[in-house]
Order: sequence, then C-alpha cells, then structure tokens
Amino acid sequence: MNIHEYQGKQLLRDYGVAVSKGLVAFSPEEAVAAAKELGTDVIVVKAQIHAGGRGKAGGVKIAKTLDEVREYATELIGKTLVTHQTGPEGKEIKRLLIEEGSDIKKEYYLGLVLDNSVDRVTLMGSEEGGMDIEEVAASTPEKIFKEVIDPVVGLTGFQARRMAFNMNIPAHLVNKAAKFMLGLYQVFIEKDASIVEINPLVVTGGDDVLALDAKFNFDDSALFRHKDIQELRDLDEEDAKEIEASKHGLSYISLDGNIGCMVNGAGLAMATMDTINYYGGTPANFLDVGGSATAEKVTEAFKIILSDKNVKGIFVNIFGGIMKCDVIAEGVIAATKELGLQVPLTVRLEGTNVDKGKALLKESGLNIIAADTMADGAQKIVELVG
Amino acid sequence: MSIFVNKDTKVIVQGITGSTALFHTKQMLEYGTKIVGGVTPGKGGTEAESVPVFNTVSDAVKATGATVSVIYVPAPFAADAIMEAVDAELDMAICITEHIPVLDMVKVKRYMEGKKTRLVGPNCPGVITADECKIGIMPGYIHTKGHVGVVSRSGTLTYEATYQLSQAGIGQTTAVGIGGDPVNGTNFIDVLKEFNNDPETLAVVMIGEIGGTAEEEAAQWIKENMTKPVVGFIGGQTAPEGKRMGHAGAIISGGKGTAAEKIKALNAAGIEVAATPSVIGETLIKAIKEKGLYEQCKTH
Repeated sequence: MNIHEYQGKQLLRDYGVAVSKGLVAFSPEEAVAAAKELGTDVIVVKAQIHAGGRGKAGGVKIAKTLDEVREYATELIGKTLVTHQTGPEGKEIKRLLIEEGSDIKKEYYLGLVLDNSVDRVTLMGSEEGGMDIEEVAASTPEKIFKEVIDPVVGLTGFQARRMAFNMNIPAHLVNKAAKFMLGLYQVFIEKDASIVEINPLVVTGGDDVLALDAKFNFDDSALFRHKDIQELRDLDEEDAKEIEASKHGLSYISLDGNIGCMVNGAGLAMATMDTINYYGGTPANFLDVGGSATAEKVTEAFKIILSDKNVKGIFVNIFGGIMKCDVIAEGVIAATKELGLQVPLTVRLEGTNVDKGKALLKESGLNIIAADTMADGAQKIVELVG
Repeated sequence: MSIFVNKDTKVIVQGITGSTALFHTKQMLEYGTKIVGGVTPGKGGTEAESVPVFNTVSDAVKATGATVSVIYVPAPFAADAIMEAVDAELDMAICITEHIPVLDMVKVKRYMEGKKTRLVGPNCPGVITADECKIGIMPGYIHTKGHVGVVSRSGTLTYEATYQLSQAGIGQTTAVGIGGDPVNGTNFIDVLKEFNNDPETLAVVMIGEIGGTAEEEAAQWIKENMTKPVVGFIGGQTAPEGKRMGHAGAIISGGKGTAAEKIKALNAAGIEVAATPSVIGETLIKAIKEKGLYEQCKTH
C-alpha cells in the first residue's frame, strides 16, 4: 500500500526524523491559509499523487507571495498530472502539500528496502540525490552505498555514520544524518514498510539535515497489525475495479487489453497473459481467484471483468487442485445467466472434478466455448475477439 | 529414490485443527503419506482425522519421531510456527501459508542461521514424491512415478507442468514448490543440487517467475555443476511493470529480474526455455530425446 508524501512526512515527524514544516490542503483557500500559518518567504506547493516524477511534470511550484500560492493551488487542484510513473492517463490532483521553502546546499539519496539476495533490510545512500537514482545506479554504481542490517540488533550507529561519511555529508553534520537514518529505520520496522525512499535528503544553509520528499510503501500482508497505516489509504488513487476485487478477496490488476482473464493461481494467471500475448491478443486484466473461491466469488469476478468496457471476450483458465472445477462451472453459469453475457467466453477446465465441471457447462445450454488446453483456449479467444 | 521425502517420512501437521489443514490432512492420508500427528496449542490430547494432536511441536516430535512438519497456521502466527519447528530440530518444515509479513520472514531467516532445519516455502504448494508421500496442497492424481524432477516458484504452474508430463507418459521423482515470496527458505539451487545427486532423477523442469534474481543464480549454478538436462519456463513474460512508487526495489536488483533477463541467463547456461506454459512437457521431451534419455524416462 502506498501513501502520500505529506502522510509519510507526518510519520517521520512522529519518529523524530527531520522534515520541513508543511500542511495538507484540499482547496486553494486551504492552501492560502496553510501558507499564512507557515509564514515563510518562500512556499512550495506540491501536488500529492501516488507517483514519482512530479517535479519534472510540473506538479511542484515555488511561490513567493500568498497570491502566487492561490494561483498555483487553483491551477494544480483538479489537474491531471502525467509523470513517467503514472502511465499516459495520468492522475488527478486532489490534495496539495503546502510547505516552507528550504535553503538547499546539497541533495542526497537515502532508501531502505529488502535485499532479496541476503534476506535482510538494506540501507542505501548516495550523494547523487534529487535526480533519477536508477540512472545513477546503472551508470555509476560505485556512487551507491549499502549497509545490510541485522534484524536482531537493527541499524547500528556505526553503520549509519559510515553511510553518512560515504555519502560525503559534511563532517559536522554526520551525527545529525546518522540520527536521521536511525529514525528512518525505526519507522520502517515498526510500521512494516517495504520501501522508504528519501529523494532528496538535503543539507540546508542552516545546517539542518531534512527529508525534502518521502515515499513509503507498506507490506500489504502486515497491514492487519497497523490500523493507523490502513487509515492513510487513499481510495481515489486506486483503480475502482481493483478496490472492488480486494473487497471480495480477489487479486485483480487492470491492464490495457481486451481479453478478460479469470485464472486460479498467480503463476498460472501470469502465464495465461503470456499465452494470450503469444497468440497475438492482449489481456484486459490479471485476475487470480485464489484456491478457495466459491460460486459467488466467481460471479463477483465476472462482474468486475465485465465492468471493464474494453473487454471483448473472456478466457477462464482453471487448473483445479484444491479448487474444484464444478464449483467454477456453477459460478460461470450463474454469472452468465445473471449478467447476460454479450461477449464470447472460452473456458478451459482441468483438475479436480473436471468431468463434472465440463458436464455442467454443456448441460447449461449457454454459448460457452470449451477448450482442451491453455493454448487451445488462448488461441480460440484471440480468434473470436479478432 | 527421490529427494527430501519418501514413503517412510513421518510428518506432523502444524495448525491441524483449522478447516484447511483438516481437509488437506485427509487428502494426504488418502495419498499414503505417514501423517503421525498434529499440533494445535491447547488441543493436545485430542484427535484430528484419527491422528493425535499435541500442544507443542517438541511434544509431537518426542511422541511420534516425526522428521518433517507441514504448516497451515494462519499468516499472523505462521512465522512463530516455523521457528517452533526449527527449535524442535525437524529435518524439514514445509510452510503452505501465504501472506506472511515480509519482516517476520526476515527474522525467521536470521533465527534459522546455524540450525539444521530446511524450510520449504512459505506460500508454496508443498513437496510430493509420486506414489509415496504428498505433503501440501497439490492434487495427487496428476503425478506419476518416474524420473523427472520438478521445481517451481508457482503452485498452479507446477500442476500444469506435472500434468503435461504425466499425460505424455513421463513420470516424476519429486516435485518441489519453493513458493513465490520474496524471503523464502529453499531456493532453486538447493533443490537442483538434490536432483543432481539423486540417481533416480534423470532430468529436471524448473519453473520461474519475474522478480528477484533466483533464476539467474540457478542458471549460473546449472552451467557449472549440473550433469542432467534442465528445461525451464518463466512466468510473467508480458506482465507490465507495476505501478510502483519508488525505485529502491529496481536498484537493489541491478536491472535484473525481468523475464527477458532470466530467459537470456537460462539460455546462456544451455537451458531450453518453453515459449508458453502449454509446451513445457514437449520441451522436456525434446531435451531428453536429445540426450538419449527418453526411453528411460518413458514410464507408462
């Protein structure tokens, strides 16, 4: 789960990690009121959307007067911002962060993430902050430093100081930077984050070490023990179909194509998309109904697929292990009857109770095209969609 | 022969009184697996599916002599269950549970350092040695005894591959689902080593997915050590990059982890990669024919 920059900064503040002063605003009036309250000469107006690259896309404005704050806030709220992370459709700006300007001397990069190769949380830092850090990692990997953290003792003081020295943070600010890193690690662990990224971390003319941006991503599997983080979820930032799917315990991701897919198992679901592509089609979604779907759940899955206006055909691909084929067939029949299917439907069933499942589909008299294998089903639906 | 488990393996079920665990305990017993006990704290002294239930793993091990545990404990408590199995010095703990918090698993991995237990999973279908011992949630009937080893990160794709092999008359030794979580116990190389040393296994199917670098590392290992033919499949070749927020994940993997990168690494190690999941079986058959192993592998 992602949260907004202003929410991330509040979390950091709660843990004593230095961030610039700022307030959230949902309207130009609130933006002006926030700027007045901050009372600084320079005010930064920042679009709050769940995507990076906002600065380059025009989502961050520097205002010198309250009139400018109002002007920029009016311009930004309701505007659709397109960055390299939003996709071409962009994201509508609904919230702004009104923040005091900082006297930036230098920008750095700091991140915490799980390193799969060692199964440990790893602190990463670089003095090449504020820019595309992936580019830095690719072209000058020697400028990225890493500290692997032992989960028993956590990030240690010496590791944090070593990182600060490696990043060439001025010697008299190394302790401040180390304190920043230790606080950052504490938030990461206590809130079950999966990624925390501070880009840039800045050193100011007033000798502060501050987070100028804060990106947080949390482990969905651990949200059950963090009610406070769950409350930060912004449904406006998520796909409506994905929200509906999550309500029914379905794993669904919206895609750009026109063939709706319903599959059991994430691996098989991805492989089904691959197979559709292989035969020249494009999947409209990734949908894993899981191992314990009921007929009702299958019906809900169908409704979600059909609510996508781009869908011109549906491919159901099931390898029943625990999932029984007759249950899938019942769900498909119920959904088809209820929703009055207008597009071609291909079904491939294999595994537990397959004969029962196939018989049910046949007896239903519905216009369902049976497929023998995954390849056969993919080819048939691609042909039918044309 | 086979790897990890066989007809003599004594197994306990952690979380046995939950509905999923009960269902699968029944299925495993029907397959012939020696389920000798179960563990649910507070239910010690009772029975589930006619096997004795204990309060702790160490009690169960003492009473039954079990060497393997299969874990169906709900996600919030699963990490603790794994550590309990490790503490009881079992040879192997197979964790089926999905959605275990990642940082819990980081702690589990640290706890396991220097201990004897092998962890398979979490978030995996389990381990099956055809006709001998089924531990997990995979459908038993799709497996037939033979000479091909299967190792996979994905549950349903394992079924897909195994079924294709069985349909084509190619039996299997053992199928191991290593699970799809970022932090897991047993990796591809651990399983490949076992298959390499198992005289009954003559060829291997390896099924990977996008993300991480496990397949690349396995490819390198195969190139340097494997004496038996291996074929592969990589799921997610056309999955678009997620709507991710930061770059930290991409940096750590150093540009690896894409399907194209993995297929390239596998091909460079001489491993044929099936273009679609439907031809995994065909691809394996082609490879064993080339090595003159087809007649030996053809089991029915």
